[in-house]
This record gives sequence, C-alpha cells and structure tokens, in this order.
Amino acid sequence: MLTYITKRLLAMIPLLIGISFISFVVIHLAPGKPTDLVTNLNPKVSLEARMNLNKLYGLDKPVTHQFRMWFMRMLKLDFGESFSDGRPVLVKIKERLPITLAINIIAIVLIVIIGVILGVIGCVFQDKFIDKLITILVFIGFAMPSFWLALILMDIFCIKLGWLPVLGISSVDFDNFTPLFKLIDLAKHLVLPIFIYVFGSLVGISRYMRQSMIETLNKPFILTARAKGLSNRTILFKHVLRNSLLPLVTLLGLSLPGLISGSVIIESIFAIPGMGRLFFEAVMARDYPVIMGLLVIGALLTMLGNFLADIAYSVVDPRIRYKKS
Amino acid sequence: MKFLSTNKSLVIGLGLILFFCFIAIFAPLIAPYEYDQIDQNSIMQPPSLKHPFGTDLLGRDVFSRMLYGSRISLSVGIIAVGIATIIGVVVGAISGYYGGFLDWLISTFINIMLCFPVFFLILSVVALLEPNIFNIMVVIGLTSWMGQARLVRAEILSLKERDFILAAKALGASDGRIILLHLLPNAIGPVIVSAVLGIASAILVESGLSFLGIGIQPPIPSWGNILNEAKSSLGLAWWLSFFPGIAIFLTIIAFNLFAEGLKKYLK
Repeated sequence: MLTYITKRLLAMIPLLIGISFISFVVIHLAPGKPTDLVTNLNPKVSLEARMNLNKLYGLDKPVTHQFRMWFMRMLKLDFGESFSDGRPVLVKIKERLPITLAINIIAIVLIVIIGVILGVIGCVFQDKFIDKLITILVFIGFAMPSFWLALILMDIFCIKLGWLPVLGISSVDFDNFTPLFKLIDLAKHLVLPIFIYVFGSLVGISRYMRQSMIETLNKPFILTARAKGLSNRTILFKHVLRNSLLPLVTLLGLSLPGLISGSVIIESIFAIPGMGRLFFEAVMARDYPVIMGLLVIGALLTMLGNFLADIAYSVVDPRIRYKKS
Repeated sequence: MKFLSTNKSLVIGLGLILFFCFIAIFAPLIAPYEYDQIDQNSIMQPPSLKHPFGTDLLGRDVFSRMLYGSRISLSVGIIAVGIATIIGVVVGAISGYYGGFLDWLISTFINIMLCFPVFFLILSVVALLEPNIFNIMVVIGLTSWMGQARLVRAEILSLKERDFILAAKALGASDGRIILLHLLPNAIGPVIVSAVLGIASAILVESGLSFLGIGIQPPIPSWGNILNEAKSSLGLAWWLSFFPGIAIFLTIIAFNLFAEGLKKYLK
C-alpha cells in the first residue's frame, strides 16, 4: 500500500510542473506584457500596483528565470495581491473555497445516491416503461444547458410562486435567526443550485450503473450464485451491485473538473459567493493575480481529487495495487 | 439504405442537424428582419404573427436574431471540434505508434491538461485576448483535444501489433504511410463518433460563455447572449429565455442522437 501511495505521489511531480508551466504560458499569452494589458484595460490599477506586478512576475528577467520564480511561488501558493482590493489572492480564495466545496460535496453525494438508485431500477426493470422513463429524464437533464434550467426554475419558484429567494446564500437578517432557521434559510437558498447540479449530472452514473449491472448479471459467478439457490435480492444487492459500485470512485474523480467548471455559471446566476463567482468577477475586472491563482488552485484541486480517488480505489479493490501501473 | 428504418436515433439526429444547418445557411433569406434592427415602437412584445418569437428590450425581432444565432453556434461547434480532432489524431497517433519516452511525455501532457477545469482555462484565455468568435473557436479547440488523442492512441496501440501492420513493415512501408494508410483508417470510427459528441459540448461551452457575457458580444446575436439578455428581464418576458434555450437543448439532443446512431451504424 505504502509503495503504491509513494508511486502515485511521485507521479504527481511532473503534473505539478506541467500545471505551473501551462498557467505560465497562459499568462504570457496576452499581447505585450501582461501588465500592459492589465493597466490598459483596468483603470483601477495604480502605478504602484503595476510596479509590484512587474516585480512579482520578474518581467525584466530572462524567461527561464521567470518560470523558476513562478514555479517556486506556486509551490508556496503565493499568487500576489488582487488588483481590485489589494488583499492577498490566497486569502480571497480561502474565503470563497468552503462554500463551493460544500455545495459540490452535497451535490456529489446526491448524484451518487440518486444515480445508483436510478441505475438499479433501470437494471431491474430493464426495457420496461419505468426504465425508458428514467433514460429519457436523465438524458433531458444532460442536454438542458444549466443556465437555461436556472432561468426557468428562478422564473417559476422565485418570481411567479415566490417560494424561494432569488440571490445569495442567506437572507439579510441571517445573523438574527435561530440555528434552525439559519439552516432552513440556507437550504432555501441552495435548493435550486444543487438541484441543477444534480439533475445535469445524473446521466453518467445512472447509465453506467444500469449497463454495468446488466453485464454483471450475465457473468458465470452469478450463474453459480443462482445455482446455489440464492434469492434474486441477495444476488442483486450482494453480488451485482457491489461489483458495479467499485469503478464509481474513478468516475467521481473524473467528474470533479466538470463540477468546478460548472460553478462559474451556477454561482454567477445565483450570486453565490464561492470560487466560481470569484473567478467570474476576476475575469470581468481583469484581476490578473486572482485569475491565475484560481486557475492553478482549480487544477491542483482536480489533481488532488484524482489522487484521492486512486488511493480510495486501491483500498477497496486490492487488485489495482498489484497491477503494473 | 436499410439502416434508415432500423436506426431511429441516426435518422432523427441527422434530420435535426440538417434542419439547423439549413436555417444557418439561409438565415438572411428566412429572417423577416435584420438581426440588429431596433424598433422603439415594439419593445418586449410577446410572440405574435408579426414577431413569431417576440421582441427583446431594444425591440429587435427574436426570431431573426435566433436564425443568425444558429450560424454562431454551428460554426463554433464545427470549427472548434475540427481543430480538436486534428490535434487529437496527430498527437494520439504519434504517441501510440512510437511509444517509449515520447508516449510518456504526451500522456503526461494530456493528464496535465485534464487537470485544468476546462471552463476556467477557456475563460482565462478569452479574458486575456479579445472575446471574439475566432478566439473562442480556437480556444475551445485547443482545450478539448485530449479525449480524441487518448482514443486514437488506444486504437493504434491495439492495432499496431496486428499481422497486416507487420506485413506492411516487412514490405518496407514508411512510418508515415503505415500510420496514414493502414492505422488511421481502421481507427477512424470512434474518432468520428467522439467528434460529433464534441460538437455538442463545444456549442454548450460557447453558449455558456456568451451567457456570462464573455463570449460573442452583442449586437451580434448568439443563443447564449440572447439568454443573457433574458436574465435581466426575468419574469417579464418568458419568450426571451424559452426559444434560445429550446434551440440549444434541441441541438445538444440532435448531435447526441446522431452520435448514438453512428455508433450503432459503424458496428
């Protein structure tokens, strides 16, 4: 186990260098110096900030030196200071990260639970009406652009019916609420965004579970189980379901960048003060250090997520550890 | 032609795609108004015979704007995927055929690219450069070739040890000839299917960007930026969000059905 973890950790080194390299290339994509573009397009940037930025990126030094500096700073997660309010980028990201993480984790948990249930139903009632209905529903969820669904749901539930608040994650007088009301208030604000995440992402897991369980049902060891006289229920839940659940861990790791990407759109629509909204604001204000910080942190989070998924997979399925990687 | 009756998803998908292509090509002939024709006397009109999809905040005809918008969606989708497919096929073929260090290097690079939340990467680049249609196509193309490359690499890895390739080598065929004439034609099926799926997601990315206001800039209409305008008149004008949304939705469904049908047909 330990050797496996070390191996996976070592494999992350080239990824780390690569992530910093690509973000370094992106920042130098701008015509002229990145600072020129910033100062041209963002009148808020003072001469002082411009000098600081020049120093931060070491723009007067050779390119190789610039990259080394960039890489070392990235290791320390030091991305300089935001143009818009002069606070360190890392502090700003730290404020926003928990909200995005919390929403994404709730969404992932719901996606897995509902997706697995739908997959099992699809397998049990294969090609019956309910199976076809589920297929159509999850496919509609997949094909519906999240921002369109958001507009429709906001129109219905927030404006026409007035059941839910439109923006933000808490009401104005949130601090005066009792803990129970605080929870209800949060739930009311978050139910639509989370529903949109979940509805849009069900297709992957539910289709995978259905397909994988149907395939497993035809394997010889299921025939053995039947010959032993096990009940259908035992076969389904103890033998088939367990077998199909394993690769879900990897599937989840792969869905992480998509969810982080999606947070830009959803958080902007619902004015949720998370990482995605911060990114959107930074892009609109051309707040360079924040854009770069979020780009790198987004990539690092994905890398970490994949790493944890790999480790988790090798814990639940020892075969992985002994395979040649 | 027998597949036409047995392969429903192929027929419906292809039919819808051809319909959208027809609209995009003949938009100037079908559109009753110019896409940027402002009419102060008919602002925010609901759908009527004069304006089938209603009018927007500036009194422009939504139907005409959507017809022109289909040009943006389709061209961004097709060209971005064209770029991605060319890069993916070349990179994947080199990686799979030559193997060794080159393969390690390319695979690592692909893994690195896959770490970035694509939308973050696209937003950063579009924010640095100008958000025009050309940049958007190129950026989407440059950030979405990894799946294609992996696909081609895997196909070539499994094909290159086969007897007919060994025979070609024994006859003295060059590497380029083997890759182009013997390996790629055998690997092209899955590549086409994944390209068709790629068009759908590229269209989704473009409309997402335009919805956020960082994509196609008004007055040039795109389905995404019409939805962006709909956001500010939420609850007042359902037609502003309904029609562009349905158009994006149907396009995504069309390309997915077509891909599904193709997969079945190629088997």
